[in-house]
Amino acid sequence: MPASSSFVANPLLQPFLRLCQQVGRALLGFLQGLGQFSFFVLRAFSHCLRPPFYFGQWLRQFWDIGYYCLPVVGLTALFSGMVLALQSYSGFSRFSAESVIATVVALSITRELGPVMAGLMVAGRIGASIAAELGTMRVTEQIDALTTLSTNPYKYLVAPRVVAGVLLLPVLVFIADIIGIFGGFVVSVYKLNFNAATYIDQTWYYLEVMDVVSGLVKASVFGFIVTLMGCYFGFHSKGGAQGVGAATTHAVVASSILILISNYFLTGLFFSK
Amino acid sequence: MPNHTNPKIILKNLRKAFGNKPVLNGVDLSIEPGESLVVIGGSGSGKSVMLKCILGIVEADKGSVRIDGVETLHITGKKREAMLDRFGMLFQGSALFDSIPVWRNVAFKLMQARGVKGDEAKAIAIKKLAQVGLGKEVADLFPAELSGGMQKRVSLARAIAADPQIIFFDEPTTGLDPIMADVINDLILQCVHDLGATAISITHDMASAHKIADRVAMLYQGQIIWHGSKAELDHSGNAYVDQFIHGRAEGPIKMQVLKG
Repeated sequence: MPASSSFVANPLLQPFLRLCQQVGRALLGFLQGLGQFSFFVLRAFSHCLRPPFYFGQWLRQFWDIGYYCLPVVGLTALFSGMVLALQSYSGFSRFSAESVIATVVALSITRELGPVMAGLMVAGRIGASIAAELGTMRVTEQIDALTTLSTNPYKYLVAPRVVAGVLLLPVLVFIADIIGIFGGFVVSVYKLNFNAATYIDQTWYYLEVMDVVSGLVKASVFGFIVTLMGCYFGFHSKGGAQGVGAATTHAVVASSILILISNYFLTGLFFSK
Repeated sequence: MPNHTNPKIILKNLRKAFGNKPVLNGVDLSIEPGESLVVIGGSGSGKSVMLKCILGIVEADKGSVRIDGVETLHITGKKREAMLDRFGMLFQGSALFDSIPVWRNVAFKLMQARGVKGDEAKAIAIKKLAQVGLGKEVADLFPAELSGGMQKRVSLARAIAADPQIIFFDEPTTGLDPIMADVINDLILQCVHDLGATAISITHDMASAHKIADRVAMLYQGQIIWHGSKAELDHSGNAYVDQFIHGRAEGPIKMQVLKG
């Protein structure tokens, strides 16, 4: 018997070899998934830029993301701003720094809370909906049908959603910024008895263009993440209802985690000195 | 029967595996222009995968697919679009787009790929719906408002809407009652005849196979194990074909319990 065969056949080594096999299989699966995802991102990106453009689909996605998400994002921003004002007052009053509340609310909303909360809300509202819709289309062969009808599914399904996410989330976040700051203003003026003019002055004085722009750039990245994850998991769903459910869950979880991770790096990029 | 000229579709040694499970294990087949070929075979034998490999929806691992003499297995972009433009397909579950009304489903290819405008496209869709026995009142309904048989008809209307040269029918009568199944078979015959199209149908339904086939092929374990004319089917002399067409549990075909 060759030396290599006797080495593999050694019973003492079997648990170790099984472990290696499992690790190897998991690693190959991970690399395969990474390759598939990278390929998907490249194809999605290239089809966003190349004609034909299905403008009807683009408009539908603009409507879905812009109109249907606005109430959710608006409410989230309003109450975030209100809670922020209350909490800041409670904290800063311990060392008589109540005057910075307007600045804290404005900076927190524009730099962090606006884009992150909107991103997470849109992930729940739109990311899930995209994954469920495309997942159902996949398992009912509607995506295959698109191909047989001479229509590229990346162009027809993925590109409009990704473009709408990238372009519309900044608009939603800009509106959320205004609503959130307004929420802080309402609580500060009507509950905490701040002077309205002074509060507005404080907000304007310390708020810089970069604070708002950084939030809008973050929003665009988050829009890309949410729509891409929804499309990716929906596009690759398998089986029946359970597969579509799993795709939806994965899309929301992956989007949420990636939003929080990318938020850290984007903040570092914009504000670290 | 069509005259034998250059085959419309030629498959040579077509192979496809999912993971380490081979599904197509060297399929060799040729279909003449205007011919209606029915491929029979058990569940999981690779019939749908074969159609999807021809269309490029599933990428084959090896082999050759020639359409009108042109190799199409690895073509991409505009060439693939031009190739697909000649096809129509009726899916097993109809695969109608549920977010758009029936007429837009039928006219989808005309509008999206050929740029036909709304009014003209709707007129063509209504004409095609009439060809499959559906009135114009159906045009504005959504697919979810239709019965299974009506959805199959709409799917057939969509498959023929752009006057394809080649039509694939993936289990066209599955899930339908025998009368509706026969209606669909008649419609398939009529549409294929009217268009002069080449057709490949895959089915388990032997009544359907007898009705719509010029020629029958049997796929088993990823290979064509028998093919012949419709008349030869009932006395093929092949034990696998005999077991399948008579639906016997006993025979050389052992039921595969797990889906691969």
